[in-house]
Amino acid sequence: MEPTASLGEQLYLLVSLFDPFCGPVGVLNLLPDGSLLSCGDTGWGDEVARGFFVTITLALCTLPIGLLIGLFLALAKQTEVRTLRMAANIYTTIFRGLPELLTIFMIYFGLQIAVRETAMALGFERGFEINSFVAGTIALSLVFSAYASEVLSSAFKAIPKGQYEAGYALGLRPGKTMRLIILPQLVRIALPGLGNLWMILIKDTALISVIGLGDTLRQTGIAAKVTKEAFFFYGTACLLFLALAMASSIVFSRIELRVRRSGVNR
Amino acid sequence: MSAVQEIIPPQPAPPPEPFRWTPMRILGASLLGIWIIAGIALVLWLVGAWDIDKVKTYGPKFLSGLATTLTLVGISIVLGAIVSIPLAFGRMSSNKIISSLAYGYVYFFRGTPLLAQLFLIYYGFGTFRTELEAIGLWVFFRDAWNCALFAFTLNTAAYQAEILRGAIESVPRGQHEGAAALGLTPFQTFHQIVLPQAMIVALRPYGNEIILMIKGSAIVAIVTVFDLMGETRRAYSRTFDFQTYIWAAVFYLLIVETLRNIWEKLEQRLTRHLKR
Repeated sequence: MEPTASLGEQLYLLVSLFDPFCGPVGVLNLLPDGSLLSCGDTGWGDEVARGFFVTITLALCTLPIGLLIGLFLALAKQTEVRTLRMAANIYTTIFRGLPELLTIFMIYFGLQIAVRETAMALGFERGFEINSFVAGTIALSLVFSAYASEVLSSAFKAIPKGQYEAGYALGLRPGKTMRLIILPQLVRIALPGLGNLWMILIKDTALISVIGLGDTLRQTGIAAKVTKEAFFFYGTACLLFLALAMASSIVFSRIELRVRRSGVNR
Repeated sequence: MSAVQEIIPPQPAPPPEPFRWTPMRILGASLLGIWIIAGIALVLWLVGAWDIDKVKTYGPKFLSGLATTLTLVGISIVLGAIVSIPLAFGRMSSNKIISSLAYGYVYFFRGTPLLAQLFLIYYGFGTFRTELEAIGLWVFFRDAWNCALFAFTLNTAAYQAEILRGAIESVPRGQHEGAAALGLTPFQTFHQIVLPQAMIVALRPYGNEIILMIKGSAIVAIVTVFDLMGETRRAYSRTFDFQTYIWAAVFYLLIVETLRNIWEKLEQRLTRHLKR
């Protein structure tokens, strides 16, 4: 066996120690043997749990990329340069107007075609497979950043001009004013909107199952087809998404409390 | 202490700054240039790839898919609006049981992906086939279109209930009190005083919800309903021609942008008495 594979396996073993579903202290181990969601070869617990982790990983990979692009778009919408504003607005219009599913298909198939053409132009014989995880991350980042830029740019508008002027009066350069004065306030204003976008992002990850990524919905779908217990497994998928939504709303209210602590009480 | 002796005479405005190519301007121009070049390339490619046979074969199908999308969204929005009324009042009810039931419904349908809900109804209800046959509902749930309509109605009802509740609760209490002081009955108060004000608040979220539904309706293609997306996938699977997706994107963008503009005009017209 290759050393990288064994390393990956070791890593997987390490992670599975903390697996809340099928690990040593997993909840699904409490189920009697032979039930639909038990772990191991008899039930579908471990497959569904793996899909659940893929869903979380996908959302967590998309978030920073989307936020970063969204921040740059919001900054572009803030500038006095008209061409920059127009370029950012075109981006937002396109990716907010297209159905998420269509964006995903276009990125997935479009990337495949583009990579194949490039590979052929460079003289490679065989084509390359586009990883559905990568395609999904790109597509979701595009959509997320378009929405995030709107949230962030309305948060920018809520910050009074005097804050910038105060920063300049103190002798800070524009970059430092942005980092030290504007961004901390921006986070506070934009956080509820970004929390909503995160919830939407979690729900949108389910669409990536369509291009073959083994996420929650796809894994439960396979289980449903094999066992003919469709209602049970799709219900499980819904409950898993609900659990994720609840967990994120708890985390977000914690963050909001923490961020508000440093704000002025008005 | 010396007071100002003479007033500074008015001066002309300083001359506008001369145009310079700042780094930001260069960035903006190049990014806009990329968009323009991409747009021109796209149009040229679509013109070059124009194939009258394909247009004749798939053009009418695209239009029928478009009609399917619009019908599906239209009916489910209207049905969802009807379902959302009792839901919204349930949410606002002071009865703990009713309000928590309504909250549970709204939380479930807003917290899970529409695709999972659709699968739960289309594939999941198949589990109860014998029971559904016994009460004669299987005929309804056998058809993917009906399932999609059902799922969309339930989903949009949850969102619309929240919109409606937020709008009704945004009407200040003084309005209720004023109506009560005038001797209006509760129904008159709601119908004549609260609802007109609430609807203006709800106008923009309703427009967003319709747009979200049009975009969200693309997923019915996965359960074999041939809407715009379904027709696109079918055409792509037969021709392997990427322009099918481009055309679908153009159609969707056109619908969404048209709707957005109509809604903006509508809002401007309906809120013109609020302008100061």
